[in-house]
Amino acid sequence: MSAKSIDKLMTGMLYLIAGVIVLLLAGLLGYILVQGLPHVSWHFLTSPAKSFEAGGGIGIQLFNSFYLLVLSMLISVPLALGAGIYLAEYAKKNWVTDVVRTAIEILSSLPSVVVGLFGFLVFVLQFKFGFSILSGALALTMFNLPLLTRNVEDSLRQVGFTQREAGLALGLSRWETVVHVVIPEALPGILTGMILGAGRVFGEAAALIYTAGQSAPALNFGDWNPLHIASPLNPFRPAETLAVHIWKINSEGIQPDAAAVSAGASAVLIIAVLAFNLLARWGGNRLYKRMTAG
Amino acid sequence: MAKEKVITSKDVHLYYGDFEALKGIDLDFNKNEITALIGPSGCGKSTYLRTLNRMNDLIPGVKITGDIRLRGQDIYASQQDVVQLRKQVGMVFQQPNPFPFSIYDNVVYGLRLAGVKDRSVLDEAVETSLKQAAIWDEVKDKLHDSALSLSGGQQQRVVIGRVLAVQPEVILMDEPTSALDPISSTQIENMLLELRGQYTIILVTHNMHQASRISDRTAFFLQGRLIEFADTKKIFLDPTEQETSDYISGRFG
Repeated sequence: MSAKSIDKLMTGMLYLIAGVIVLLLAGLLGYILVQGLPHVSWHFLTSPAKSFEAGGGIGIQLFNSFYLLVLSMLISVPLALGAGIYLAEYAKKNWVTDVVRTAIEILSSLPSVVVGLFGFLVFVLQFKFGFSILSGALALTMFNLPLLTRNVEDSLRQVGFTQREAGLALGLSRWETVVHVVIPEALPGILTGMILGAGRVFGEAAALIYTAGQSAPALNFGDWNPLHIASPLNPFRPAETLAVHIWKINSEGIQPDAAAVSAGASAVLIIAVLAFNLLARWGGNRLYKRMTAG
Repeated sequence: MAKEKVITSKDVHLYYGDFEALKGIDLDFNKNEITALIGPSGCGKSTYLRTLNRMNDLIPGVKITGDIRLRGQDIYASQQDVVQLRKQVGMVFQQPNPFPFSIYDNVVYGLRLAGVKDRSVLDEAVETSLKQAAIWDEVKDKLHDSALSLSGGQQQRVVIGRVLAVQPEVILMDEPTSALDPISSTQIENMLLELRGQYTIILVTHNMHQASRISDRTAFFLQGRLIEFADTKKIFLDPTEQETSDYISGRFG
């Protein structure tokens, strides 16, 4: 065969492979949405789950997912920023920082069920936090921190050395250069990474089963004192999230409409994660435009 | 009458690890003059320039000995505030490096961080600096556009405006026109001629024509040594050293 026809053949192959992947993903997404969306209603989104009868919703699970997300991001974002800035801007290259980087690499590929068991042993049992939002948030922090730190470090490294030189030569201190020149430039990348991380955390189940627990006690949405047991904000209550709920219904659900609840919950979960991704892209672009045009 | 010296340096040696990049440089710079540093690539002229605002401090493994003084103050003394030094000795690089913000924000960056908040002071600094940098007329209607939307030559002039805004005593320029087209280069040369008499400028350049056209004095570097330092006219018309004469007539380098 001539080089030209091989070229044509290979181009066609690549199109075919790309098309198959797109079809697979679109099919998967479409299936989940088509199966689930008919069950999603305002009632479904707001009412509590039922264990034995039909007609349960996912209101508490949905709230738990968001609350857990906010709490774990509150813990992990400052830590990731600090660690990432240190690694990108201050750390000298020696065996200590090499060990830190290797540890981050290994942690970022740790299976989430192992993170969950670690959280169970350390936070739930050792620290006596019990099955609670706090245990779950800390486990999610362990799960999320390596990737976030890597993201912050990489985003900062993308900023050219000439920009740092420009800042320093202008008489900015190193800290001022980092805060006022490097971070603003890296911010869209950092933000995108954080939102994608949020999507990952939102859909996480395995790390939460043994930390945040599998039960969703009734909440009193009129009581916002974090110290009260029925308060939605109480960090020491067990909290089943949406992803854990889906896993639980499918493994041991005895509701007559288990399949429908599971399908509806899946659709909601997918839409939320999709929204995070779109938000990441939109927010990142917008922020970049704003930062770069004053 | 002896001219006032802003920077004096004596016996400056610089080592990258074991490699001796500067082999004892003695060089003084007169107030409000343009001094050109010329020489072939790798001769140490840029390295020397960067010792004057301690930018070499950023490179690991660099060791500097000798005596460099700004108005009599040893800039390598342990009590020297490097940040303060770089405010007094500004720098322009080869590649235009505006921050990815608006033109206005670029120029007032140093002032804002120094705590200047008064809008009218900032506005005035922007206008003065950009006029001095000979770019005001081109950008005055789009001060809030991104500096990155400008051409390379315009960016470099905005960057020079940014340096002028913090009113340094000395401006170091490391081949400021070598990444630009001839027209932009000429614009910047003309601007430097305007600034002469107000600022002490030390200019590293590969461009002989540029050195001879705009500088008062010229220093010729070769392989880490200062070969000859004299009035620009003398260097170009009647150099004392054979190596200088070979270099400026294009026999090597």
